[in-house]
Amino acid sequence: MGLIGEGLIKAVEMLLSGDPELLAITWLTLRVSLTATLISVIVGLPLGVLLGLVRFPGRKLLVTVINLGMGLPPVVAGLWVTLLLWRSGPLGQYALLYTPTAIIMAQVLVSLPIIIGLTTSTFQNINPQLIMQIRSLGASRWQLFIVLIREARLAILAAIMAGLGRVLAEVGASMMVGGNIKGETRILTTAMVMEVSKGNFDVAIALSFILMGLAFLITFALTSMQQRKRSA
Amino acid sequence: MIIYELEDVRYDIESKKESRTILKVDHLSLQEGEIVGVIGPNGAGKSTLLKVMAFLLPPTTGKLTYRGQRINPGAVPMSVRHQLATVFQHSLLLDMDVFHNVALGLKFRKIDKVEQNRRVEQWLERFKVAHLARQHAHTLSGGEAQRVSLARALVVEPDILFLDEPFSALDFPTKVSLMEDLKQILKETKTTALFVSHDLMEVKYMTERLVVLIEGHKAQEGPTDAVIHQPNDQTAPFLNQWRQFIHSFSGRIGSPSLPY
Repeated sequence: MGLIGEGLIKAVEMLLSGDPELLAITWLTLRVSLTATLISVIVGLPLGVLLGLVRFPGRKLLVTVINLGMGLPPVVAGLWVTLLLWRSGPLGQYALLYTPTAIIMAQVLVSLPIIIGLTTSTFQNINPQLIMQIRSLGASRWQLFIVLIREARLAILAAIMAGLGRVLAEVGASMMVGGNIKGETRILTTAMVMEVSKGNFDVAIALSFILMGLAFLITFALTSMQQRKRSA
Repeated sequence: MIIYELEDVRYDIESKKESRTILKVDHLSLQEGEIVGVIGPNGAGKSTLLKVMAFLLPPTTGKLTYRGQRINPGAVPMSVRHQLATVFQHSLLLDMDVFHNVALGLKFRKIDKVEQNRRVEQWLERFKVAHLARQHAHTLSGGEAQRVSLARALVVEPDILFLDEPFSALDFPTKVSLMEDLKQILKETKTTALFVSHDLMEVKYMTERLVVLIEGHKAQEGPTDAVIHQPNDQTAPFLNQWRQFIHSFSGRIGSPSLPY
């Protein structure tokens, strides 16, 4: 109890003091996680819709790979990105390793399969007659896509929350590809690992409260959107 | 004037297990302003025929001509799609209020907002559901939902309206009142319509010309009353069953004041 209590007090202190380092870490965490989620949504949503609605040879295998990817260990994702960005690797020339961009790449790798996989199963469940009905009213392909996304918005927002949750919670990949460099690639989760290893439990607890607070605020916003009173 | 013509249309389904012809119709046409019925037992290919004609399902082979223009079912021009509308057995309304459901087709056609509102209100009024405009579509009764679905199709003022068993899921009194309203509206607007049903009473009331489908092919075609009263060898088993049913039904309840 003592530790938790101290942690709480420390958290309040740190927040109230407006410590620039803490603010920078929090801001970077937000920026990196939201960017990764946004990229996953922009890429994953159309792919999930296609996989859910269109039948083609090899589809089953692809869906299996994506479902497998939903459980991809972040450390493995981190390893791949590291190999990709390593100085002698395919993208080595861009010197991206140990930058926020590298963290974003690793996080996209773990959240993209979640967005694609959950969107696929959502769209596979849409009544084919409903699609025919919408087309029969004169919808173009794009208009059909928009109407269906809107129709499936509850499930899609749930997929986005799942993807964002994974990204916010992830630490292994960010540690590996970001390196937890002070002022450059340190985010809340990697900072927590470091503080615990140094024995600074109060700081770690404070950081954990901030991380959970962030997660709560974002999820609350998304949930409010999802559960908004049904209207046009 | 013929505005729609279908020639030598076939629709096959091929799977690993079987290869089957669902539909094989040599010729069918729609005259401007007429209501043509398609009747047949379950599995006769009625719905398939409607979906092929509405360009919702490309046939395996066949020629489709709309207002003199040969249409490639794989690439139907948007300008042609915008001339048609379909209502299915289930109302398939979207997760939004009644007003916005009815406005969908107008939105797809990029009609301006003021005109959209005017037309939606007008058509909700015509189908006697104006009071439901702000209600969520998923809270409606079956009859209300189908009225909304019909308003949603007619609001775009289609050149041809396709009706795929629109009354099948409704209870009897609901069905009768909706049929009366729809028939009157189609007459007033002179809308060409293809009406698919398995119910002889419905087609007798709604249509002027009737096509009987049996096992995917056209077994008989002609003025609705003539077909019903003079079925041929192929259609007699199906149509006579219906006539006997109607007779015994009206015999049992006296002289019914049905609209058909």
